[in-house]
Amino acid sequence: MQFSRRNFFKFMGVAGASVAALPSSARAWKSKAPPDSYGCLVDLTRCVGCRKCEEACSEVNKLPAPERADCQCTIFDRKRRPDDKAYTVVNRYFTGKLDQFDNPLPTYAKVQCMHCQDPSCVSACLAGALTKDETGAVKYDVSRCIGCRYCMVACPFEIPAYEYHNPITPKVMKCTFCYDRISEQGGLPGCATICPTEALTFGKRKTILKVAQKRLKENPGKYIDYVYGEKEVGGTSWLYISSVPFEKVNLPALPNKPLPKLSETIQHSLFSYLWSPLALFGVLGAVMYKSNKVQEEPQNKGGA
Amino acid sequence: MEHKASPLNKKFWTPGVLVMLVFMIAGAIAIIARFTGGIGYVTNLSNARPWGLWVGVDVATGVALAAGGFTTAALAHIFGRHYYEPVTRPALLTAALGYTFVVIGLLIDIGRSWAIWKPMFYWNTNSVLFEVAVCVAIYLNVLYFEFLPIVAEQFKGRVNLPGIMAVFNPLIEMILKIGDAILDKTMWIFIILGVVLSCMHQSSLGSLMLVAPTKLHPLWYTPILPLLFLTSAFAVGYPMVVFETTIITSSLKLDSEMNILAPLTRITIFLLGIYMFLKFGDMFVRGTYIYLLDGTYQTNSFIIEMLLGIMVPWIMLLFEKVRNSRKGVFTAASLIIGGVVINRINVFIVGYKSPLSDNGYFPAPGEIFVTLGLIATLMFIYRIIVTYLPVLQAPKEVSP
Repeated sequence: MQFSRRNFFKFMGVAGASVAALPSSARAWKSKAPPDSYGCLVDLTRCVGCRKCEEACSEVNKLPAPERADCQCTIFDRKRRPDDKAYTVVNRYFTGKLDQFDNPLPTYAKVQCMHCQDPSCVSACLAGALTKDETGAVKYDVSRCIGCRYCMVACPFEIPAYEYHNPITPKVMKCTFCYDRISEQGGLPGCATICPTEALTFGKRKTILKVAQKRLKENPGKYIDYVYGEKEVGGTSWLYISSVPFEKVNLPALPNKPLPKLSETIQHSLFSYLWSPLALFGVLGAVMYKSNKVQEEPQNKGGA
Repeated sequence: MEHKASPLNKKFWTPGVLVMLVFMIAGAIAIIARFTGGIGYVTNLSNARPWGLWVGVDVATGVALAAGGFTTAALAHIFGRHYYEPVTRPALLTAALGYTFVVIGLLIDIGRSWAIWKPMFYWNTNSVLFEVAVCVAIYLNVLYFEFLPIVAEQFKGRVNLPGIMAVFNPLIEMILKIGDAILDKTMWIFIILGVVLSCMHQSSLGSLMLVAPTKLHPLWYTPILPLLFLTSAFAVGYPMVVFETTIITSSLKLDSEMNILAPLTRITIFLLGIYMFLKFGDMFVRGTYIYLLDGTYQTNSFIIEMLLGIMVPWIMLLFEKVRNSRKGVFTAASLIIGGVVINRINVFIVGYKSPLSDNGYFPAPGEIFVTLGLIATLMFIYRIIVTYLPVLQAPKEVSP
């Protein structure tokens, strides 16, 4: 291998210039949440488990009709998750609450994509197939997807589902927040148009957060004094209020810090303008130059 | 010492090769099933468990175990320890084949294999996986470039394709000649680039899980996960060389090359020591030792990783008697490799649990067949290449 001094310095000059072009320090991590996005409030005390939202969702998104749409009985015997055929499902939980005759009282909880303000899936997707829209919707663009399923690994709510039985063109399936509909003036997501008990309230996130807080304030003792989704993983578009602890209806306890923050901070502080790889290249180049020069005298010619 | 590699002059079809062939056929059937019935048809993957054996072993472990390539290149070429040159070629071959099979494993695992080129055009620089993908893609090519001179050495001046293909002889001859000449002047760039790219993606493979703090068990979830992945890759590089050199030299009855392997293990004491120090330091700083006695399978897997995969081999290597014995060195190297394998499996499979909906995971037979089939194919091709190309040290020619 030939390792001439001229080649080395030519290359190092380029590398050095690139490093010098660096700004003094990598910028601190900033939330990329859209400023005036939409949100949706779920009031678990109002939900009666009619599953009309499931039906509306399937219709709007051209998915198969929900499993046993008319049945509000046995379908609740098992806990369901959103999957490749249903973007939203309602589950029933008995949390130990009793009515006046000591019968257990059910709590129903709808589950769908939370449309995080700083979504892990969007940060994770290597090809940018997932994006956070101005409306607040986390959009999926199948034309960029390679099917690595890292979004599913990243999602703290375990929402993205996969078409595991499609061998060639499987898609990631998840709630779209009906962004085609909500992008239009006065448009609502499918589920929110139909709820007969007004358990779902759609609007600007800032507004519905106030609605939630007002409800908590005006009904002391009825609700747990907490809006789930206001701060979880840096905030979500979907917000929940409830009279039973959130963990009991499968809404997980999560840190308030946006989950992409750590990995993005590491990535950008190490790799912005490729400063660290270039520096390492320079150091190794110098070492190589020196160690080969020492041995140059006995005409050493190493192979690859 | 002059390094002289040469093609092997040995019988190719041995019982071992036939066993490989059986695994390859089983794997091929499973792969056909995957591309006709879908990933769900041959795997136990689910929405709660999107990554399983294929990502944990074929990809993550494959990358880690290919670390012998850049660690030996760094030692022999960059740090100028030419004494170790005889092992750089087999290590380079392992790395080139290893990364090739990492990519093949990925092609099987991702849902839209035909779309694998898309990240090259659609960039998300926030994504850890994007960086890993770009580094692996470039590094794979770097490895091929580094390997080209070995092909040239064998065939330059005597390209002789059979039959009608003979019309291409002059063309291939020219490519080999020009390629070899260019590479001779530029090889130092590829060698350094290979080390830089390896450091980047070996560490970033650990960063992959940092986005999922609620899913990875606290015994493994740490902000220094990328550093642990990098240092363990450093630590496993030379044991991997020891492991494969011992296996190949004893199964092909070549020189054991102990004169090179013994000093390599001395460096390993230092590298494994750094990894061990970081692992223990991390456990004490974050206070995760509180989990150690809870008896869950995850904790037990962590204990096995730490004890058998790190502490035992490290202590073994401290003894000169072990370092100078072929068996001792081989055992220690195997334990270190096993430790890194278990670590990657722990991070991507055992330690991973989706808190809401995970019902447990064990790989389906189809997944296991694919993984074993890929490993067998890799070994098979390795065998072919060392038979026909000058990779291994010529037997009985070395005067130590």
